[in-house]
Amino acid sequence: MPTTAPAFADATASDGALRRFLHGLPGVDTVGLEARAASLGTRSVKTTSKAFAIDLAISMIDLTTLEGADTPGKVRALCAKGANPDPTDRTTPRVAAICVYPDMAQTAKEALAGTGIKVASVATAFPAGRAALPVKLADVRDAVEAGADEIDMVIDRGAFLSGHYLKVYEEIVAVKAECGDKARLKVIFETGELSTYDNIRRASWLGMLAGADFIKTSTGKVGVNATPPNTLLMLEAVRDFKAQTGIQIGVKPAGGIRTTKDAIKFLVLVNETVGEDWLTNEWFRFGASSLLNDLLMQRQKLSTGRYSGPDYVTVD
Amino acid sequence: MSDRLTVLKTYKLYVGGKFPRSESGRVYEVTDSKDKWLANAPLSSRKDARDAVVAARKAFGAWSGATAYNRGQVLYRVAEMLEGRKSQFVHEVTHAEGLSKSKAADVVEAAIDRWVWYAGWTDKIAQIVGGANPVAGPFFNLSTPEPTGVVTVVAPQESSFLGLVSVIAPVIATGNTAVVIASEKSPLPALSLGEVLATSDLPGGVVNILTGRTREIAVPLASHQDVNAIDLTGADADLARDLEIAAADNLKRVLRPQPVDGTAADWSADPGTHRLTAFLEMKTVWHPTGTLGASGSAY
Amino acid sequence: MASASAPAPAPAPAPAFEYAPAPESRSVVDIAPSYGLFIDGEFTDAADGKVFKTISPSTEEVLSEVARAGAEDVDRAVKAARRAFEKWSALPGSERAKYLFRIARIIQERSRELAVLETLDNGKPIKETRDADLPLVAAHFFYYAGWADKLDHAGYGANPRPLGVAGQVIPWNFPLLMLAWKIAPALATGNTVVLKPAETTPLSALFFADICRQAGLPKGVVNIIPGYGEAGAALVEHPDVNKVAFTGSTAVGKAIARQVAGTHKKVTLELGGKGANIVFDDAPIDQAVEGIVTGIFFNQGQVCCAGSRLLVQESIQDELLESLKRRLSTLRLGDPLDKNTDIGAINSAEQLARITALADTGEAEGAERWSAPCDLPSSGYWFAPTLFTGVTQAHTVARDEIFGPVLSVLSFRTPDEAVAKANNTQYGLSAGIWTEKGSRILAVANKLRAGVIWANTFNKFDPTSPFGGYKESGYGREGGRHGLEAYLDV
Repeated sequence: MPTTAPAFADATASDGALRRFLHGLPGVDTVGLEARAASLGTRSVKTTSKAFAIDLAISMIDLTTLEGADTPGKVRALCAKGANPDPTDRTTPRVAAICVYPDMAQTAKEALAGTGIKVASVATAFPAGRAALPVKLADVRDAVEAGADEIDMVIDRGAFLSGHYLKVYEEIVAVKAECGDKARLKVIFETGELSTYDNIRRASWLGMLAGADFIKTSTGKVGVNATPPNTLLMLEAVRDFKAQTGIQIGVKPAGGIRTTKDAIKFLVLVNETVGEDWLTNEWFRFGASSLLNDLLMQRQKLSTGRYSGPDYVTVD
Repeated sequence: MSDRLTVLKTYKLYVGGKFPRSESGRVYEVTDSKDKWLANAPLSSRKDARDAVVAARKAFGAWSGATAYNRGQVLYRVAEMLEGRKSQFVHEVTHAEGLSKSKAADVVEAAIDRWVWYAGWTDKIAQIVGGANPVAGPFFNLSTPEPTGVVTVVAPQESSFLGLVSVIAPVIATGNTAVVIASEKSPLPALSLGEVLATSDLPGGVVNILTGRTREIAVPLASHQDVNAIDLTGADADLARDLEIAAADNLKRVLRPQPVDGTAADWSADPGTHRLTAFLEMKTVWHPTGTLGASGSAY
Repeated sequence: MASASAPAPAPAPAPAFEYAPAPESRSVVDIAPSYGLFIDGEFTDAADGKVFKTISPSTEEVLSEVARAGAEDVDRAVKAARRAFEKWSALPGSERAKYLFRIARIIQERSRELAVLETLDNGKPIKETRDADLPLVAAHFFYYAGWADKLDHAGYGANPRPLGVAGQVIPWNFPLLMLAWKIAPALATGNTVVLKPAETTPLSALFFADICRQAGLPKGVVNIIPGYGEAGAALVEHPDVNKVAFTGSTAVGKAIARQVAGTHKKVTLELGGKGANIVFDDAPIDQAVEGIVTGIFFNQGQVCCAGSRLLVQESIQDELLESLKRRLSTLRLGDPLDKNTDIGAINSAEQLARITALADTGEAEGAERWSAPCDLPSSGYWFAPTLFTGVTQAHTVARDEIFGPVLSVLSFRTPDEAVAKANNTQYGLSAGIWTEKGSRILAVANKLRAGVIWANTFNKFDPTSPFGGYKESGYGREGGRHGLEAYLDV
């Protein structure tokens, strides 16, 4: 895959060109965007479609632990959970990936051997991204060498907010090169810090131009994480990018998605904005941890007709 | 009448949507018009006043940001809840003000209707006091009222309920939040009103009710730098002047006590709009309109 | 999904994400087999015993049989309203206010029932009745309730007086909302009312009669007389009616204007429209697409203020149309009671025939027709969302109000041209402007000859905001402080 889509090679020729390109994107009207997301949130997904959506959502989870207190034991437990989410029902799909810090990537890789579940590792001085480029690249290299199939990098929000778009761009390009053909690259914008929808649209295009395989809302470590409007906006960006370049980019909302109801709302956004092509864990992921158990309880409810409770799903 | 011993109510403050006792641990005796003991009421301290301002400030963002329609619904809900507890308030007003039962009922009913009156104002006041200004130039120019912020309300001393409602409702109708100092002598209807407000969909902190010595509570509030306005209705002439001087420190908006003919203000009269407009800021927005094209042609 | 022994994490198999049917329960509403006229607080048969059937336009099922008012019934209703007027207008405003607040609250309480009823009788999606019509209805009563005791502050001088008996004739596109727009300000100002709902949608007005009963409204203050055009004409003509309020077609509006000539009746008319939705090249494009869809497909386009003419800047026309077509392909047409339905049924066979005829004219005149791919149900009245491109000012579909889900697309090059084209119509009800540039919004809005201008949004309504048209879209304003004037002797 080319680093920059040829159609937009000029856009990244210089800081000025990139700035002009990003600021030339159509604006986003806040009220209209939020109204559209809210309106899609009223879709009623019941019975068979709900069962379908729950299994799809489970299969799209990047089951995540990103704590200072993470240990190999914790990571192995999470991997076991991801491979066998509901011990009482073997038809339950597996999650898409286990998402950990680089130093836990090898542990996860070993624990997931043979399951087909990917290892995703955050990198580039996650979550703040405040480190020199060589340090960030070393972080990525570490993770890839430890067996990470996917790298979740953070962009330099300071550079972005001060208008140094080319710096952000070049950093993504460098990380992408470090990933090579070994790992897919997810680019985290930390939308809560970018603050405006116009910025989120610009960051989406910046990330796609730089070679992101996925664009991702947030780290889960700030006040505002994934929301229906910011995810809708990113879906519109990948839709338009594909229309203009033929290149498909994935989307990953992360942080704050805790209930089945929330997850289904996001799937409705995908369904009605970009359609079936994205309704697979190749192209859409949820960065989440507690979401899985809620999906499992709802899944049990659908199969038994009784409401389930937290004692009937496993703690991880 | 049975011999059953009644359960007495412990009256508590209403601050931040909760019902604390005074942090000072003090209470004072509340008596009826014939000096018979009714209850002990919290004797609020300056720290209670400070806590109330914190709660009111915290509530201001969401309350002032709520739609006028939503605020109207909440104020109407207060009227609905009061209607259901009318007999309790008739009872309390009878004791507090020494009125006959039927006179007290009139007062309580007028107070309920007053909430309805102000419920209707929330989404109309901007249409009365705001509007487009025909400036001489290619500009759109629109003035809109906004709430001033946290308002300290010194409630009337004599009219313990109708007067109280008449000073609280207009302050919050427009999106301000209030720290209310209840009538010193007759604080019980105010404390019971807090219980009604707490169950009327009114967000905690929008109205905070303190009881105690009016001067002791009012002085720190009048000089508090995070209070934006003060309604001096229940302050006597000396106190009102002192408070107004203190209020000048951060240029609080001051609503002076209204001149009263005789002994007490007539709270049953048409309230008009002055209590609404007293706590509004007017914001005017300019924006160029220009012409359609570079040629300046009007097509 | 995966086998029991080795669950696969792989991409989920790809059956499409179809939403299972999610019908709102019909059991929340109990429709009686027959209804009378509501006159003087009682349900009564028509003097001549005539009835008509009201059907569900999505299934053609008969919902109920309703008494059909004639001239004699109109007279009875006006007399009842006249009798009630003296006491009603003499009540303190604060007491009238409390009746209206009661009505607003009962509407809120019964809103799901009324939403389902409206969807059944009108054919519009439950999503709209639930999320738009009913909340607006309650809000309208709530807003005007608050005015009842504040008329002195409304800017019409001290103690403004009501007019008397208001004769009100409303359309079928927003049956209960139009009722609210008419009745709430009339009652707040102290008038009494005789209201004729449209013949295809009488039910919600009759349920409203029951709400008046629950609210304890004095008898005769509100009278509801379902019927056809002849009842409406008799009401307008009645010598003891002081005020005529009509929402409907421009043709009937003109007839009413002639009828009341030489009388002292005060008149407000809210008539047709051919709203222009102007999209500039710097518009927030995704939101503009949504606004275009809302503008013309809300309520199947059966909206007088619909944005039925899309004026798009030529430089972005192709891109915009592509986005628009993609978006239209996701609209879900079908059972109006299904919570996921975006596009419901056309209200009547007659209206469907009119839409069909005008669309055929568009095609015959050489405009290019495109319809969203969707299956139309076999019974009921349906019309697929449709676009005409290559439309010019000379095409019938650019001039006549279609009152259906049909959008005519025209292009422009400069703001002057956009304004000239937007204004080039006999109507003047609404217009939309899409641009990120504030001064352009205001400059264009200044030049547009229309009563409601939406910028970067469309089809927004609020009880505080006056609504009404320029030119042949009618006169008078409904809503807001301005809406009081139509019911006051000022």
